[in-house]
Amino acid sequence: MTPFTSITSKILPVLEDRIDTDVIFPARFLLLMQRGEMGRYFFADQRVAADGSELPHPANDPQYKGAQILLAGADFGCGSSREQAVWSLTGFGIRCVIAKSLGEIFAANCLRNGVLAITPPRIIINELAAIESPITVDLEAQEIRAGDKIFPFAIPPAHRERLLNGWDDIDLILANEEDRLAAFENAQRLVQPWLYGASDVR
Amino acid sequence: MSGRTLYDKLWQNHVIRDYGDGAALLYVDRHLLQETSTHQSFVSLRESGRSARRPEAHLAVPDHAVPTDSRGGEIADPMAAAQITALQKNAADFGLAYIDLEDQRQGIVHVIGPEQGFTLPGITLACGDSHTSTHGAFGALAFGIGATDCATVIAAQCLVQQKSKNLEVRLDGTPQKWVGAKDYALALIGQNGVGFATGHAIEYRGPAVEQMSMAARMTLCNMSIEGGARVGMIAPDDVTYAYLEGRPYAPQGELFDQAVTYWRTLASDADAAFDKSIGLDVGTLAPHVTWGTSPQDALPVLGRVPDPKDAPNEGEARRWARALDYMGLAAGEALHDIGVDKVFIGSCTNGRIEDLRIAAEVARGRRIADNTQAIVVPGSTAVKRQAEDEGLDRIFLEAGFEWRHSGCSMCVAMNNDRLAPGERCASTSNRNFEGRQGRNGRTHLMSPAMAAAAAVTGHIVDVREVMA
Ligand code: SF4
Repeated sequence: MTPFTSITSKILPVLEDRIDTDVIFPARFLLLMQRGEMGRYFFADQRVAADGSELPHPANDPQYKGAQILLAGADFGCGSSREQAVWSLTGFGIRCVIAKSLGEIFAANCLRNGVLAITPPRIIINELAAIESPITVDLEAQEIRAGDKIFPFAIPPAHRERLLNGWDDIDLILANEEDRLAAFENAQRLVQPWLYGASDVR
Repeated sequence: MSGRTLYDKLWQNHVIRDYGDGAALLYVDRHLLQETSTHQSFVSLRESGRSARRPEAHLAVPDHAVPTDSRGGEIADPMAAAQITALQKNAADFGLAYIDLEDQRQGIVHVIGPEQGFTLPGITLACGDSHTSTHGAFGALAFGIGATDCATVIAAQCLVQQKSKNLEVRLDGTPQKWVGAKDYALALIGQNGVGFATGHAIEYRGPAVEQMSMAARMTLCNMSIEGGARVGMIAPDDVTYAYLEGRPYAPQGELFDQAVTYWRTLASDADAAFDKSIGLDVGTLAPHVTWGTSPQDALPVLGRVPDPKDAPNEGEARRWARALDYMGLAAGEALHDIGVDKVFIGSCTNGRIEDLRIAAEVARGRRIADNTQAIVVPGSTAVKRQAEDEGLDRIFLEAGFEWRHSGCSMCVAMNNDRLAPGERCASTSNRNFEGRQGRNGRTHLMSPAMAAAAAVTGHIVDVREVMA
């Protein structure tokens, strides 16, 4: 996974509340199996009309072209757990999501894909929405810098460490936790033996 | 020290390593897989040369992309066929159990997990699907995950998770006839908003919950995610044990008794503290329907489409206005006069035998309205067979409904079961998001009884009136 330290970029604003993952990545494109194709379908139905013509949407607006930071309202990414929503977002070029709040599974999927997700209060979202020049999101310093303004932000230390180092959970777990895993299974086997053998799936 | 909740107990029983700050490495006992969310998981496992740590803890089944108009033979859509074939191959290559599309046990993951006894009290269960909360009805800690996490569960049988807070949802009262779990869920979200449970694990408790069947409990827990919670649970009790006894993957004989003894220890302690508590009196509840494009846009069926002028804030006013435009509705319109083009009865929310029985009771001896298409899609092949044994298929067919094979169908519209632009649907599924049932399709969520009533009248209607 690509480490996340600091990025400076324009903001792509999609400020409506409760934008769900069906809107970010419509269900019918879930039939696609290649991850590399998914960026094209970021907000597909809000960007392209049924007749193929382009619709007005921030993601189509040349002034936001190349933006790596997405700014959103409340409950961004709520709904379905489809990781395709995050893959379409990264495929489009986004590396950081700043939202009032996030769907929980979506937030977890961001972390797993090296996307920094921050959830500042509404007042900061509103301030950022008014800024047209590029801003800097600095994970090392845990602050957003916009002109002469600095907005500190908090994320769980474990998340910060993973993002800064570009670590995958799976690597960390398999490298460090085998003894604990085996000990857990041995202990659980005694308390809930039916989870081992007897009701195994065959 | 105050007592522990059901959620606290299940969480603590599965912590492999505590990282502090509520983060922990959590053991995952069981994992369900479907074709649409797991292909990339296997791509990355192959790339890194990894194998399944405990193949016997997984169960794979195709449901999302499967056709429901016929079964057997070629699947017409090459992309759907490719996903299903890939799941089958992925399961075979990694040694995971796979239920074939033609298998009598096939169905929607959240219907077949419980049906097969794969879902058990006291376990952690993950699945690449947000409605995994359904399994919480058994007193399991069950939550949806993305594809990367599915790979982690396959290779390492655990996940790094952040502990949620405890939210008590207390249900009191005895519901009126024709009012049930779907109405409870819609009312809870409608009254408290889609974010009411964000960051929390819900435990549904109270006398009304104790009275519910397992099917109804699953419907309720299923829609926890629409309230923002990844987890929605109900303490296991005798209703749970009676449901599970004898199911294929459930413990058998003495082991079952031993398991029940253990499961009885899981309920929240009497002095357990919840971070937050909300209540609902189901005794005064009317059937609910949604009018907009968020599950929280739910109102009693005798209500009217709201006016954006009355929205609680500017943001909501904008969203309501947009929803009305999308839904083709005007403020002040009576909900029970809205005509429907299609009716969908099915999904992991309401595709169980109990749901079909209720819908059939409404459909019996009636005819669906002209210009209305109604489809019934059993949640599993076993539900379909059971319904056919009971003659429900004939009731539906005689009333003009289509009787389909099981799958997610028009809940997610990945196959041909979908709305055309502008079409309006009375649906027993769980999401009324824009485009969820097909591009520019319009979804009204409701219970199976209400959907059947809409089918036979051609418009949204109070089922109590139809059955009076
Ligand atoms: S029926 Fe709908 S909500 Fe349930 S698993 Fe299938 S697509 Fe998801």
